[in-house]
Amino acid sequence: MNKASSSELAINAKQLSRSFGELNAIDQLNLHVEKNTIYGFLGPNGCGKTTAIRMFTGLLKPSSGEVEVLGLQLPKDAEKLRHRMGYMTQKFSLYNNLTVKENLQFVAKIYGIAGKAQTSRIAELLSVYGLTQKQSQMAGSMSGGQRQRLALAAATLHKPEILFLDEPTSAVDPENRRDFWEKLFDLCDQGTSILVSTHYMDEAERCHKLAILEDGIKRADDAPAKLMANMAASVIEIKATGLRTLKTQLMQLPEIISAAQLGSSLRVLVKDTLDSPLQYIQQQTNIPVEQLNIVRPSLEDVFITCTGDSRQ
Amino acid sequence: MIASIYRIQAIFFKELIQLRRDRMTFSMIVMIPLVQLMLFGYAINTNVRHVPVAVVDYSQTAMSRVLLQTIEATQVVEIIQQHTDLKSAQNALEQAEIRAILIIPNDLSQRLARHPSAGFGLPAASDEETSRPIAQWIVDGSDTMISGAIKGLKNMPLSELFGKAANRNVPTFEVALFYNPEQRTAVNVVPGLLGIILTMTMIMFTSAAIVREREQGNMEMLITTPIRPIELMLGKIIPYIFIGLLQVCIILGLGYFVFNVPINGGLIPLFGITLLFISASLALGLVISTVANNQLQSMQLTIFILLPSILLSGFMFPYEGMPMPAQYIAELLPATHYMRLIRGVILRDIGFTDMMPDIYWLGAFTLICLAIASFRFKKNLD
Repeated sequence: MNKASSSELAINAKQLSRSFGELNAIDQLNLHVEKNTIYGFLGPNGCGKTTAIRMFTGLLKPSSGEVEVLGLQLPKDAEKLRHRMGYMTQKFSLYNNLTVKENLQFVAKIYGIAGKAQTSRIAELLSVYGLTQKQSQMAGSMSGGQRQRLALAAATLHKPEILFLDEPTSAVDPENRRDFWEKLFDLCDQGTSILVSTHYMDEAERCHKLAILEDGIKRADDAPAKLMANMAASVIEIKATGLRTLKTQLMQLPEIISAAQLGSSLRVLVKDTLDSPLQYIQQQTNIPVEQLNIVRPSLEDVFITCTGDSRQ
Repeated sequence: MIASIYRIQAIFFKELIQLRRDRMTFSMIVMIPLVQLMLFGYAINTNVRHVPVAVVDYSQTAMSRVLLQTIEATQVVEIIQQHTDLKSAQNALEQAEIRAILIIPNDLSQRLARHPSAGFGLPAASDEETSRPIAQWIVDGSDTMISGAIKGLKNMPLSELFGKAANRNVPTFEVALFYNPEQRTAVNVVPGLLGIILTMTMIMFTSAAIVREREQGNMEMLITTPIRPIELMLGKIIPYIFIGLLQVCIILGLGYFVFNVPINGGLIPLFGITLLFISASLALGLVISTVANNQLQSMQLTIFILLPSILLSGFMFPYEGMPMPAQYIAELLPATHYMRLIRGVILRDIGFTDMMPDIYWLGAFTLICLAIASFRFKKNLD
């Protein structure tokens, strides 16, 4: 990779690994995150998302491999990176017994933002994140959504070029989550590169690009739409009765990746190796063709297809 | 450099705001020295008085009653029980109702008559027939302080018993008591208490303050910011230096006005060595904070340091009386060195050269602890 293209990358990880004793938390991860995009990390709890983010922020040293963030070698240049990155931890990590404004003032001082610049930046953030009314309230007494907005305001106070968000919305209701993502797109629009980890499909779908992680291994990465289009399976919806027995019956077939009930229908993932999955299902189950439908794959289907192997 | 000071200041003010909101900690800062000073100042008294005792008087004479009055007049003991036989008196001793039994034999008068203080000339000292003790104490010896006080009655002058003037014998030694002529315990306890309270609060507050950041997840945010470990540590401990000085003022002020403890030395050496000791304790607190994973552990480690500091530093028991191994341990504790310095300055106004060994030791201790703490405090999660 030449220098010109690597400078376009916000994160460039090569063969990055990290082990804790016997456990390989991250195994041979190759990752290219373009600048000015929102990049998603999708994976179940314990898949290595936090470990990866901690390596990208210089908090953890890789066991092997290389990682460059904003063109800075880590962990060597970790201190330089700190001025240019923002990090929002999974757990609320501001001070519960300080008010909203005091928390922001504290963070501003840490980044050396003083005087009028501090006052105007804090006022701006308070209004952008809808916290002006709450500025004298203790951070500990706010709702999950408000606290999340405060944490985002604090993480972006020094206008970082890259923002790391570790499961930012796990304690937030759907409406606040929507608003939160709108804010992320605003930041992205202003030139910030964002890496966000999540285990929510709807959130992952919003990202420009996405990596699916499982057991520290990257199973797939691309734009969500492409991931769905190139999925190595077909999705068939079966409307029938006796779905529970049908499911058990289907799950025994090697061509079936998964079967999950959604209300009164069964959503079945069939491997791409079959030429006509509909007929195959019909032959196996004797359910009339009218009750079978090929439907558009969702991100969840992609996730299950990518990660299914090791689960069985 | 300016950015660095700015960051230290950010931590410092944040710490002050949090401290102000933490009512419990804030009141402890004032209450610990206040209550401890009152407790130690009033309760701890090495001059034992009014020990409850019983009397078994086999002689039942006017002489024995006068003897008892003379003994009670010393105020060392208080006769609270009279028994007719030794058995019931021993029972009372076993039940811990009394601490000692005085047995007056029925031949008290004869013994008294032959006793040297009766004034019939000195009998041969070796002749037990002619001169014997007039009565016997049976003492609960488990508490050495109490048995010591009663042992002090062994050679009680009996001149008053015979209506003579008080004993004017020339003593073997003349004893002049410097620095604390009235023998008030508070004079020795109050300066020592400075060392104990500073050890307790300084180590506990710093170690807990840093461990708390880690426990509540704030550290994960802090280490992703440009702040340096040394800036974080300094910002965290500076508020506690002021708290330490505030506590010193409370203890010395109360000691001066309530317990009449004089401050013979200058205030500059006093606050100089106190600042040095505060630094040493804070540095030790920092080391603990890099070892402990949560506030409970940091508290346990603080007590681990505090107990030997109370017992071995010379605060409660004289350093010189301890066996050698205990003295070696005591030498390791900053409190021991501070105890010597502060008592020297407050009570004896010692000179700078006399302080040097302990000052060097405290300074070296502080530097070593700071080095260990910054070495162990890592700005990553490995």
